[in-house]
Amino acid sequence: MNDRIVAKRPAGTGDAGAREGVPAARPATEAPIPPTTEADQNAPHVRPGDRIFRGLATGSGIFIVVLIGAIGLFLLLQAIPSLALDQVSFLTSREWSTGDVNNMRFGILDLLLVTVVSSAFALLIAMPIALGIALFLTQYAPRKLSRPFAYVIDLLSAVPSIIYGLWGLLVLAPVLTPVGEWLTDVLGWFPLFAEGNVSIELGGTIFTAGVVLAVMILPIITAVSREVFDRTPPAHIEGAIALGATKWEVVRTTVLPFGKAGYVSASMLGLGRALGETIALMIILSATNAAFGWSLFDGGATFASKIALAAPEFNDPRSAGAYIAAGLVLFVLTFVVNAIARSIVAGHKEYE
Amino acid sequence: MKTKRHGAVVGLIAAGALLLTACGSDNNTPGAGGTSPNASAPGVDVECGGKAKLNAEGSSAQKNAIDTFIQAYQQKCAGADLAYNPSGSGGGVKNFNAGQVDFGGTDSPLSKDKGEVEAAAKRCATNPAWHLPLVFGPVAVGFKLDGVQDLVLNGEVTAKIFNGAVKKWNDPAIAALNSGATLPDKDIKVVYRSDESGTTDNFQKYLKIASKGAWTQGDGKQFKGGVGEGKEKSAGVAQAAASVDGAVTYVELSFAQDNKLSIAKIDAGQGAVELTSETVGKAIDGAKIKGEGNDLVLDLDSIYGTTTAGAYPLLLATYEIVCSKGYDADTAKAVKAFLTVAATDGQAGLADAGYAPVPKAFQDKLLTAIKAIA
Repeated sequence: MNDRIVAKRPAGTGDAGAREGVPAARPATEAPIPPTTEADQNAPHVRPGDRIFRGLATGSGIFIVVLIGAIGLFLLLQAIPSLALDQVSFLTSREWSTGDVNNMRFGILDLLLVTVVSSAFALLIAMPIALGIALFLTQYAPRKLSRPFAYVIDLLSAVPSIIYGLWGLLVLAPVLTPVGEWLTDVLGWFPLFAEGNVSIELGGTIFTAGVVLAVMILPIITAVSREVFDRTPPAHIEGAIALGATKWEVVRTTVLPFGKAGYVSASMLGLGRALGETIALMIILSATNAAFGWSLFDGGATFASKIALAAPEFNDPRSAGAYIAAGLVLFVLTFVVNAIARSIVAGHKEYE
Repeated sequence: MKTKRHGAVVGLIAAGALLLTACGSDNNTPGAGGTSPNASAPGVDVECGGKAKLNAEGSSAQKNAIDTFIQAYQQKCAGADLAYNPSGSGGGVKNFNAGQVDFGGTDSPLSKDKGEVEAAAKRCATNPAWHLPLVFGPVAVGFKLDGVQDLVLNGEVTAKIFNGAVKKWNDPAIAALNSGATLPDKDIKVVYRSDESGTTDNFQKYLKIASKGAWTQGDGKQFKGGVGEGKEKSAGVAQAAASVDGAVTYVELSFAQDNKLSIAKIDAGQGAVELTSETVGKAIDGAKIKGEGNDLVLDLDSIYGTTTAGAYPLLLATYEIVCSKGYDADTAKAVKAFLTVAATDGQAGLADAGYAPVPKAFQDKLLTAIKAIA
């Protein structure tokens, strides 16, 4: 009883902290205002619409930063009491047993590896295909065809992920079984294609999950890349054509260099979605008690699917805290991925 | 077919009722037996009224059973309704104790160590809360093995299969229980629940009690056998087991049937017992009550470790947690009406939903307890 109260208390202070954060942040953002009041003295007056709009925009910006900060803080505060009870190393252990609150043993190593490997595999499949579709739509397809075609691809993102999950497990997995068996037979010497810790016949492998994820992130990558490629300055393209370039040379010398940063950041957006995908993976991936062995034919669970599997039976803040701690790692992982994407985009400013 | 089955159940209850009224009239006031509420099931007086919409929350394993109860309740009491939120046993207990819901559903009784018993008494205005085991779900050991439909297992061998000590279908331990059957030399593929569930908890409790020490992994809502692969929810588990030759799993009866899994018979020492309503009923009848008076906490050892001939021991017992006293008059009336319907008319539809209806003698215990709620 006492433990529970203690475990609850940080959450309360966390909320209060976040709330205090709002007024604290406001004066800070008012700092840039004095220069504009100086500008006011020069200009006759600032239109109220201008002031209102700026206030709204700044407010939105602050709001989202505070919100994300509050999420991070909340996760951290909820996770700390459970992390203190952890009997094994949180970062390097492969165990996950939180049922007995007096002997909680949980580590995220396998969750992290399965999450990263399945998402990376999905990205590997989706990136070239999305590039092809985006180039086709912007450079090769007749205008009349490209609009409706783009809508169809966008439709893919409107399919609920539970449908992807069921489709992956019941329809796609049986089709992939012979492919998987062939890969393990012929390329089994290579760790990624080695026989995994779940049966290929059942299809609950990272391989199946990766293919489904690839389909799921395809529309995001395609849509953003298409927009970017579409904005290649016509002067560049016309210049290349004037120099006698073929269609492929035009794409290679103007469209791709111009759109590279956008394409990479689109892929990172897709990766973010793949990392956080929950329901589809919960349905597809087979759980296993064996450790992840770097094979695409292993089973396991990702951060999100692990949390979703356990969520209906959360009844103790301490065992729930273990999952929140895992969620915190996913939060950080996604943050890092986005930061990398930003830096890639920032490094390619030359075409702006 | 369905109407036929319903007919049989109704007939059985009616017959049982007749028998009981016959007994009852011997030592009670003659002639009044027929109207005595706890003697005849279909004729039990349900005092409708009170709060129009009850709230309950808890075990998701009970969800379909409660839905059946609600249907029966609405048929019996026009305008009455109940909302059940299947948020899990933990949520049910928590919100019952907090006074958010009128009763809670849980897979395991209130724990004294966690202070749940105390908290429940506080919620009921210092009256004890009672456990009413209204919903029993038989759990099948389902398997798919080409050429083998009939298989007999016992607690010990089942434990060994699910913790990896027995790896092949033609293992001598299995063969010894199935003389005459030709068992193939195939790997056993264990499929378990990857989500946390009361089914896993009860299955592991059964193995702990019935395996004569072969199951050392303990119990809990996470599967601890260490072998095989996990699938999500009963539907996923049954579907997976049905799609691979050599697979075995534990799953609620209705899912095993829907996916056409073969169901193992269990031999607890008195011969192989098939999973049917009767054999499950026998196990429930043999259950000892651990709680005091009308607090019907079951002694699971007496079910899982049963030695009664013809009793199928592997089942999931779930409780409704109610206040013995301390409801306001309106709520008490409605809770009693709902539970009475659940223990009588409601039980009739349970077999179709994959649960086992409570046998007559046990039903009487339930009705006595429900009647005593004030």
